[in-house]
Amino acid sequence: MALDSKSELREFKIVGTRPLRPDGIDKVTGKARFGADITAPGMLVGLVLRSPHAHARIVSIDTSRAEAVPGVHAVVTRADFAEPGEDVADILDNCMAGAKALYDGHAVAAIAASSGKIARDALKLIDVVYEVLPHVTDVDAAMKPGAPVLHEGRTDETVPEGLSPNVISRHEFGHGDIEAGLAQADRIVERTFQTEATHQGYIEPHACLAQMGPDGQADLWCCTQGHYMARNVCAEILGLEQGQLRVTASEIGGGFGGKTTVFLEPVALMLARKSGRPVKMVMTRSEVLRATGPTASSSIDVKIGMTKDGRITAGFAELRYQGGAYPGSPVDMGSMSAFAPYDLEHVKTIGWDVVTNRPKQAAYRAPGAPMAAFAVESAIDELARGFGLDPLEVRLKNAAREGTRASYGPTYPAIGLEATLRTAKDHPHWSAPLGENQGRGVACGFWFNFGGDTCVTLNITPDGTVTVSEGNPDIGGSRASMSMMAAEELGIPYEKVRTIVADTGSLGQNEVTDGSRVTFAVGLATIEAARAAIREMCKRAAMVWGIEPEAVEWVDGAAQPAGPNAGEHPPMTLAEIAAIASNTGGPIAGHHEANPEGAGVSFATHMVDTEVDPDTGAVKILRYTVFQDAGKAIHPAYVEGQFQGGAVQGIGWALNEEYIYGEDGVLQNAGFLDYRVPVASDLPMIDTVILEIPNPGHPYGVRGVGETSIVPPLAAVANAVSAASGVRMTSLPISPPKLLAALHER
Amino acid sequence: MHYHSPTSVEDAVKVLAAQSGDCRILAGGTDLLVRMRSGLAEPDAILDIKRIDGMRSITREEGGFRVGAAVSGTEMAEHAALVAAWPGVVEATGLIGSTQIQGRATMAGNLCNASPAADSVPAMVAAGAVAQVAGPNGVRDIPVAQIPTGPGKTSLGPGEFVTSIFLPARPDRASDAYLRFIPRTEMDIAVVGCGVSITLDASGTCTEARVALGAVAPTVIEVPEAATALVGTPLDDPALSALSAACSAAASPISDKRGTVEFRTHVAGVLARRAAVIAKTRAGAA
Ligand SMILES: Cc1cc2nc3c(=O)[nH]c(=O)nc-3n(C[C@H](O)[C@H](O)[C@H](O)COP(=O)(O)OP(=O)(O)OC[C@H]3O[C@@H](n4cnc5c(N)ncnc54)[C@H](O)[C@@H]3O)c2cc1C
Repeated sequence: MALDSKSELREFKIVGTRPLRPDGIDKVTGKARFGADITAPGMLVGLVLRSPHAHARIVSIDTSRAEAVPGVHAVVTRADFAEPGEDVADILDNCMAGAKALYDGHAVAAIAASSGKIARDALKLIDVVYEVLPHVTDVDAAMKPGAPVLHEGRTDETVPEGLSPNVISRHEFGHGDIEAGLAQADRIVERTFQTEATHQGYIEPHACLAQMGPDGQADLWCCTQGHYMARNVCAEILGLEQGQLRVTASEIGGGFGGKTTVFLEPVALMLARKSGRPVKMVMTRSEVLRATGPTASSSIDVKIGMTKDGRITAGFAELRYQGGAYPGSPVDMGSMSAFAPYDLEHVKTIGWDVVTNRPKQAAYRAPGAPMAAFAVESAIDELARGFGLDPLEVRLKNAAREGTRASYGPTYPAIGLEATLRTAKDHPHWSAPLGENQGRGVACGFWFNFGGDTCVTLNITPDGTVTVSEGNPDIGGSRASMSMMAAEELGIPYEKVRTIVADTGSLGQNEVTDGSRVTFAVGLATIEAARAAIREMCKRAAMVWGIEPEAVEWVDGAAQPAGPNAGEHPPMTLAEIAAIASNTGGPIAGHHEANPEGAGVSFATHMVDTEVDPDTGAVKILRYTVFQDAGKAIHPAYVEGQFQGGAVQGIGWALNEEYIYGEDGVLQNAGFLDYRVPVASDLPMIDTVILEIPNPGHPYGVRGVGETSIVPPLAAVANAVSAASGVRMTSLPISPPKLLAALHER
Repeated sequence: MHYHSPTSVEDAVKVLAAQSGDCRILAGGTDLLVRMRSGLAEPDAILDIKRIDGMRSITREEGGFRVGAAVSGTEMAEHAALVAAWPGVVEATGLIGSTQIQGRATMAGNLCNASPAADSVPAMVAAGAVAQVAGPNGVRDIPVAQIPTGPGKTSLGPGEFVTSIFLPARPDRASDAYLRFIPRTEMDIAVVGCGVSITLDASGTCTEARVALGAVAPTVIEVPEAATALVGTPLDDPALSALSAACSAAASPISDKRGTVEFRTHVAGVLARRAAVIAKTRAGAA
């Protein structure tokens, strides 16, 4: 891996500009093909029958009446699937229930029929006998001995005796001595915080089309954040060889982590196998909300000590996350990230992973971190205000820097937290006047970022244009960013490069589009692939000139002799070399495969003004500014979009979004009417300030930017509400009835 | 499924009388078509009223306005005289949905859908609006407040449908207002709604008032005690406080995913006060 340590000195021509996105016209004219737009001749409609119960033993399923309906080609239940391997067992069970239905909306059977109407009518003819069991949806209730138990024997050795079998694992991080640290404090704040589950809220529901021949070859088209993941998981569940299942990713209408697993795909493939016909499945919004991953809900105790001049002497948090019906809530990441922005001598977090009768959580933008930040940043705010200290100053005083030992273990290289705080302090937003019932809040956030398996192939076409094939669905404009980096490296115009997301038959393994990894890892591979192509082009020029390849250098899109000793040759452009490629050794390409380390952690500071209506508890967001370190912003408009999107999702999480369960454990708001994501008129323009502290792990200094932006807003909004109203809200969402009740209690 | 699109009220009544299965009236379709799409309604027949003569016009009558049952919210908002006389009714209808929904949604559809949270209904009740109903037994006029009988239920008999809504004439110094509470700024459903209509005399004293609340009972309710609190006063602070108290007292909401009993009860009083202040200003009080 090439690390350009002087990347900050490099003068970019294309990187840092804002060209049009290559998928833009198709998207605004409706031509882009999303998951539900893929069709095949003879295709059937697949629908899923879902459990109406939060927790029930499946006594029997009789599909004979449904199978007898003319037009029904296949009915699938769990009995059709072979016993799964351990690593896909929970995924399969989530896609198609086995012995028990574990949440309202859990799939129990599926039908493929020649029309949607036939499939809908036939679903009603599947007879499922349920033995309804007691259920639990609250994390604290689920941990208690005697709580209804979802699974026996899943608890690992980290969990002490005496808790419910719903408690799966315990995680601990930190260093120092909390009691000793607390003893040095002038004041200690100890509080419990709660957050509700929120859904990723992508506009495009899950959809796929599956086809499988009797020869064992299968094709799958789906809306996913990772078609290589979909291939590997489906191949294992269906007993196919990975090489025989080709998966093509559609355009994707949002994912935010929620499309990093499979829901419909194995079922569609099984229906296709049984029926011998292509099968298309598309979820309704209600299915999306009931049965695909929201994030975890949480209950968090925080204890922080501070001296009166604002030094944090100790930070402790105990985090309990329920991640739905299967192990794997992101409580480990919540526990690691909770205090990550601060340089603390005494810090400790304990995390508990708990299962409940809710849909299996899926990754949601910085999984686990926003809730932890809500708790910690609220407590720090309370301490700072209690001492009459400037909350930005307090954070600066405790900010992690290069050389700080992070609360989760490693020692930080160059990081950008301090820069975001200083920029925030100098920004006009910080000193703007506020009116009656208005208040300002700030909070910091951290995210790890990630590399992961990555392959890129870059081809030079005979006419001198360039195609880049990468294996990561483009959620945030990554095709534009890849084209920009390839063009930058090759020294050709952006318009000469077209980047595509290739199917699983075209490249090696690619990690899903997650962990804010794509611009970093795929960008790095794209740059390296371009460098490989450049080396080959220099070789071809050397051949033509009859000199050594080492005597040729690449400057501004052309090969040229590296020095006077190399002889007098006019430069050969990329197009000129491409035109004679066939006669100089054949087609020219570059490729790069890697699992790059060095993703570079990222920090942000958010600032928000709110106004509270004291008579109704309604909260209005008046002004919002995001300050975040991007390392290097390849396409600044998309970086700003990521900052804004994360802030808006966090505002929704803070104010109105929540999963509401009835006494019966049934989700009461499985639709966008009562699952309230913010609408445009709820929001001011979200202002952004991009900071660029280069990441030494990337040739251009890139850090992932997609996730950090959702970490601070929960706390920032809560802190602003507290400043505006005088009440500290420790439970999200801060919906009007809750805030009004708190105002009346005061 | 059969689709009927008669051009006269008489034909519509005949078609309806001939139905044996489940036949639904289609106005803007912003409730009905959504219900059909989601599988909540599977009617055997649909009778579209939009082609019926007179259904899409707003006409002056006895100094008031007769609004055809297929007139959309957008068409109401474009009718300057209607807006001047009944700004509260027009703004309530104008709150329904988004720009797209506005081009289709009707007041009569909002009324006959019989949601306790329907936005235009408290404003219509406060306005003393009267629905004209056609059916097998001819035509009858019935106060709007008497049409919804419970969530999703109306007093309309078999084969009956609403042909128009009549908004009466306005004296000078009279106006109305409607406010709703929603957690978002749009695309939401009223947690509480309140319509207030008032008439002032030359000295600014309230001579007549009507107040109605939405989403705090199984149907929209009129609150006579709230009107009493206003009549004879200059809508000053004590009167407004009495209005608030009367509305909170009259509210008998439930706790559900959209709001608690305590919240709805309190906010009913808050909105009534705020709506009354707006109506007072609109009526030209000093
Ligand atoms: C996105 C969206 C947002 C919405 N927002 C709101 C909102 O903010 N506030 C609100 O109150 N509503 C809202 N609604 C609901 C709906 O738009 C309103 O109730 C609207 O006024 C219905 O009018 P319509 O003409 O479209 O009715 P339709 O859908 O045509 O009919 C509604 C019902 O009334 C019956 N009906 C219609 N006309 C007659 C008649 N003349 N005689 C007898 N029966 C009749 C129909 O059979 C049907 O049962 C929203 C709907 C959508 C889809």
